[in-house]
Amino acid sequence: MAAPILRCARPGRCWSLDYRPRRSRALFAEPVPGRVRGQSSAAAQEPRPGAHEWAAVVGLEIHAQISSNSKLFSGSQVTFLAPPNSLVSFFDASLPGTLPVLNRRCVEAAVMTGLALNCTVNKKSLFDRKHYFYADLPAGYQITQQRLPIAVNGSLTYSLGVGAQWSPSATKTVRIKQIQLEQDSGKSLHDDTRSQTLIDLNRAGVGLMEVVMEPDMSCGNEAATAVRELQLILRALGTSQANMAEGQLRVDANVSVHHPGEPLGVRTEVKNLNSIRFLAKAIDYEIQRQIEELQNGGKILNETRAFDEKLGCTVSMRDKEGKQDYRFMPEPNLPPLILYDAESLPVAADPQQVVNIDWIRERLPELPSVTRGRLVEQYGILPEHSFVLLNEDGLLEFFQTVMKETRAEPKKVIGWILTIFLGYLKQRNLAVSESPLSPSSLAELLNLLDSKVISLPAAKQVFEELWQNQGKTPGQIIREKKLELLQNQEELEEICQAVLAKHPQQVMAVKNGNQKVVNKLIGIVRRATGGRADPGRIKQILEKQLQ
Amino acid sequence: MLGLSLREVSAALKQGQVSPMELCQKCLSLIKETKFLNAYITVAEEKALKQAEESEKRYEKGQALGVLDGIPVAVKDNFSTAGIETTCASSMLKGYIPPYNATVVQKLLDQGAVLLGKTNLDEFAMGSGSTDGIFGPVRNPWSYSKQYREKRKQSHHRADEDSNWLITGGSSGGSAAAVSAFTCFAALGSDTGGSTRNPAALCGLVGLKPTYGLVSRYGLIPLVNSMDVPGILTRCVDDAAIVLGVLAGHDPKDSTTTQDPVGPFILPILRDVSKLCIGIPKEYNVPELSSEMQAFWSKAADLFASKGAKVVEVSLPHTSYSIVCYHVLCTAEVASNMARFDGLEYGHRCNVNVSTEAMYAATRREGFNDVVRGRILSGNFFLLRENYDDYFVKAQKVRRLIANDFVKVFNSGVDVLLTPTTLSDAVPYLEFIKEDNRTRSAQDDIFTQSVNMAGLPAVNVPMALSSQGLPVGLQLIGRAFSDQQLLTVAKWFEEQVQFPVIQLQELVDNCPTFSQHEKLGLVSLKRNLSKTKDWRYYGESKRKKLGPCRTNTFSQIKIKTNFTSHFGF
Repeated sequence: MAAPILRCARPGRCWSLDYRPRRSRALFAEPVPGRVRGQSSAAAQEPRPGAHEWAAVVGLEIHAQISSNSKLFSGSQVTFLAPPNSLVSFFDASLPGTLPVLNRRCVEAAVMTGLALNCTVNKKSLFDRKHYFYADLPAGYQITQQRLPIAVNGSLTYSLGVGAQWSPSATKTVRIKQIQLEQDSGKSLHDDTRSQTLIDLNRAGVGLMEVVMEPDMSCGNEAATAVRELQLILRALGTSQANMAEGQLRVDANVSVHHPGEPLGVRTEVKNLNSIRFLAKAIDYEIQRQIEELQNGGKILNETRAFDEKLGCTVSMRDKEGKQDYRFMPEPNLPPLILYDAESLPVAADPQQVVNIDWIRERLPELPSVTRGRLVEQYGILPEHSFVLLNEDGLLEFFQTVMKETRAEPKKVIGWILTIFLGYLKQRNLAVSESPLSPSSLAELLNLLDSKVISLPAAKQVFEELWQNQGKTPGQIIREKKLELLQNQEELEEICQAVLAKHPQQVMAVKNGNQKVVNKLIGIVRRATGGRADPGRIKQILEKQLQ
Repeated sequence: MLGLSLREVSAALKQGQVSPMELCQKCLSLIKETKFLNAYITVAEEKALKQAEESEKRYEKGQALGVLDGIPVAVKDNFSTAGIETTCASSMLKGYIPPYNATVVQKLLDQGAVLLGKTNLDEFAMGSGSTDGIFGPVRNPWSYSKQYREKRKQSHHRADEDSNWLITGGSSGGSAAAVSAFTCFAALGSDTGGSTRNPAALCGLVGLKPTYGLVSRYGLIPLVNSMDVPGILTRCVDDAAIVLGVLAGHDPKDSTTTQDPVGPFILPILRDVSKLCIGIPKEYNVPELSSEMQAFWSKAADLFASKGAKVVEVSLPHTSYSIVCYHVLCTAEVASNMARFDGLEYGHRCNVNVSTEAMYAATRREGFNDVVRGRILSGNFFLLRENYDDYFVKAQKVRRLIANDFVKVFNSGVDVLLTPTTLSDAVPYLEFIKEDNRTRSAQDDIFTQSVNMAGLPAVNVPMALSSQGLPVGLQLIGRAFSDQQLLTVAKWFEEQVQFPVIQLQELVDNCPTFSQHEKLGLVSLKRNLSKTKDWRYYGESKRKKLGPCRTNTFSQIKIKTNFTSHFGF
């Protein structure tokens, strides 16, 4: 039985229950399944047109850990997986009397990210304290930018429906409300058996950029695609490694549903989303849950829910009883953060003490959207291929290295990389960086294929061998396995003659006008040559001999 | 020797008239003998002796580090000191030994200063009496002065009655008592609403609150970050300037310190005050001001006028809002700053382990006194979302108005403002504790607080003794970063008024230097009091050489070990 599929209907962003087969999204780095849990009875009833329509509204709060050598306000190093509490300065441990000193690199990273996301960078921004008691927040407050953040009013453009569905109309834009600089917290490790909590402050005080996306999305897929695009941008900028598994990119989703034309519904906040796949899954689940809840006459509570990866559903966290009041207050130990542009830069300014927005703007690296356009232009590949090249970590570099070393057509190269190479990786659940096949080997193989030293089937065989026998070159494998194409015309003619002699019935059939049998004979000749003969040439010879 | 000025004792050290070790030992034994003052929470005897020894080696090699090399100093117990317990007079930090030095402490040590110990205060510097710390109240050395005792005898009090000892003022009362009792040559206090100037006034000392941003706060355990400033307590203005010269300047660890070059704070001798304009803020003439204090204030104004300065009445119209405004801003920051004391990383932790929240609650209940808890509670109330605009934002606006009051007055041509520092002279402890901490703080900071709101430099300069024989000081307030000019005027004033040196019985008995001083001081005092109508009398050449910090005699003081018994302890 087909499970009901939740579908993100493109025009009008309306949700309905649908039984269509699952749309393939295999070209995504982390495929986004649209599948949700079994449908409840109420929702399954005969839908009246329109009455069933729900619109979902999704906004995101994304915390990106800034890629910097030291923390936002202290000189402690930032390293992933260091021994617990080995990267803790007096300030990070909130020793009384210590003061924050702003890390210039973090400011530059936020400015750069703001510019890349088309934000207005505020020349003056402020820091605030956000208070709450938690064991991994040593000061009892987080320094953030509540009143006046460093960048505001930006936008992020992303493209849905990569692959067969790709079309320019699938390009969407989400507004960026703001980017704020803030401190990360430490980590609490709860040991329930001993009822202890262990605190690791290595992460406490690491610089974060909180990117607030307006609720312009309407399903898990859109949110996932937007986050993926942001991830690519952050990596291109080098402002964050944005690795979700390592917690460098953390996403909270605000989700609500309503009937189109009616006011927005009560929203829930979904946390604990540590992969793009789970992000989409959790949002779609939450949308479905809210729809069902409302259709069953229930109410949506303004609450925080966590996504349970194992159960594939969101569960109420129930940790915030009553309303949390963060008692925001200006951070008195940090003067306003003043940024300059070429115009406002003081003449005698110490370059170490000022951040110049224009200077950063001039040095912005190529952004993913530009890279894609360039790929399409330079190599004549399809736009959707450019998406895949960028979405898969390391694939673009792999492609470009192959292109440098091969004479093969870009379109052929992209075909090999996207279908054969990527297929192998996916099948084995490997990243590009883990590939046993080097781009140079592939380039060599494609060169041999291009110059007709080997046939396409032989090339696939060599590819297989390369995958298994690391360290060998395609040339070596071809020699060892004798996979070169038979170039000797006489030898080939002799083999063909022998085949025809052995298969009189087929020869008769051809002579009686059944041309299809020629293909069969070609196959027999190819087998006789161990696949080393070019089918085109075989066909030529056979046709000549059969006349 | 212990009564010398910094420059004098520095010269004595250079000339070998006294060695750093001798000086340190003398101070340490005087600290022991004056233990009843409760000025010190921790005496770092071993460390101090080691520092003195190192200093001695430097002097032997002729490689003294600076003007403070070998000179004993004390630091209020809310400055972090590496390896020395730093308690803030709170159970919360009892046993807490910081792993680092506050920048100001480090700067003193870099100059070769000998750190004797950590001085007493109100818990987390919240108070104006130095009476509300877990180590008990600080006693004002003037309680035991000949000047005060004789006055009490005259007014038929029993001279030896001990229950009438006086408070030092606060919250830097320990530092004030330490300097006033000659146990050290200078001490660091902190000043958030008057905590350095107030005890300086009541203990007859120079108490300097530098411009906000001139001196690093790194390592000062905060009360109100936006108003806290390390304060300097010395026995004369020149000493304060010397210490300021050591402490001032940008600190990369404190982003609120100025990046402009500062100092040097070498004070010229002001001979002509005719170009000076002194402002007298009329709003400071409050009904609570004692008539005696008011009289001293107007006499000081007359003194300036008589020497040719322009003395004008000015208005700081928002002064009356400063107390309530301060209450909101102070408690809000306190609530925030105290959030870190949760018993996890350092400090007191209770035995409750039911849950993290229960542990926090019990730790904080046990660790803080009522005053601190009360301020945390109010502060959190003001910061609540529904109250923020009505209280915190309004208070910030009022703060701006108060700061603008000063700007306007200084823009009108006034160089320095002259005000009282306190409402009256020191009151007895038993009198003081009749009112609660909040009431007291609100009353006692009345003249000093708005300066912190505006971040301006201000200094208490002792002026004379009251009818009770107790010190009375006046406050001079300057423009932001005009600390040098302010101190220059303060020095001129100090020269004019010739404040008498404290006469502590034992010192008189045992030290020719002091006895000479005190006799002269006493004479001058009596004369001053009898001639209070004629302020032009001050500053005449006769007594200029008789000031408390000016002596050419370097004879050593022998202090009897039974020092305390003379005070009935």
